[in-house]
Amino acid sequence: MAVARRFLLVVLLCTGALAQENPQLEDRVKDLAHELRCLVCQNQTIADSNAPLALDLRNQIREQLAAGSSDREVIDYMVARYGDFVLYRPPFKATTLALWLGPFLLLALGAFLFWRRVARRPRQEPSLSEAERAQAAKLLE
Amino acid sequence: MRPYIIIGIFAALVGLLAVGLTLNPREVPSPLIGKPAPAFELPLLHEPERKFSQKDMLGTVWILNVWASWCPPCLAEHPIVTDLARSGVAPVVGLNYKDAREDALPWLKRNGDPYKLSVYDQAGRIGIDYGVYGVPETYVIDRKGVIRYKHIGPLTPEVAAKKIRPLIGELDGGG
Repeated sequence: MAVARRFLLVVLLCTGALAQENPQLEDRVKDLAHELRCLVCQNQTIADSNAPLALDLRNQIREQLAAGSSDREVIDYMVARYGDFVLYRPPFKATTLALWLGPFLLLALGAFLFWRRVARRPRQEPSLSEAERAQAAKLLE
Repeated sequence: MRPYIIIGIFAALVGLLAVGLTLNPREVPSPLIGKPAPAFELPLLHEPERKFSQKDMLGTVWILNVWASWCPPCLAEHPIVTDLARSGVAPVVGLNYKDAREDALPWLKRNGDPYKLSVYDQAGRIGIDYGVYGVPETYVIDRKGVIRYKHIGPLTPEVAAKKIRPLIGELDGGG
């Protein structure tokens, strides 16, 4: 079994090396792989991950691009299987409104509360007693 | 600001984070629920010359269980899969995922083979079509070949008793 695994590894490395012969294709594969989440190690893209599934999915992308699919078609293929979660940048749609707009709403709310607090504060003249005025005048002389 | 407002905001945040902690980020909702099970035709694990397709199960409510001999959680859930299959609630088809025959067959011999049959997806291509990312995974597929339920990770007795059995009962009864 260990021998078989090693053999498989060599084959994979060789096919990887062959694939390098088409640098433009490799660039597109890399770009797309950076847009897709690895579902095994969820905080990595499939470009960064070394999980076997990430490798499979990278091969899948390469195969599809080589067969003439557009970037959009490859992304749709992944979303159809793994859902929006596979997109490293979440799409802007009804279910993700809170995600995209929430921070701005909170910022606006904070700014409003701050403004109200500042605006409301009565502008009061500093009130000093006669004695204090005299003391201040003396210090300023 | 009045203290109760601050306490209120604090409590809301704590509540939000507490709920967040109980969610399982590994459970990615599958877009395949309610969709036809992706088509495949794969050789059987036991008889490489024979093929099996998801179409062969049309008309039956069935369970598709993705497993591999290299996957410890598969071993952990094996008694539950066995129990489901033996009880006759529904036929269980195994999808042997990215495995080698010389490992998979002895694994079944050692641990018992509850599957009606297992198909051999050595390259994991069908796994990708089914959105498999964490073996084991279990699907319930209805008579029309539509995926009705997916469980990611090892089955537990609770999931089998509270989700899978009632769902299959419902699908069998309701047609």
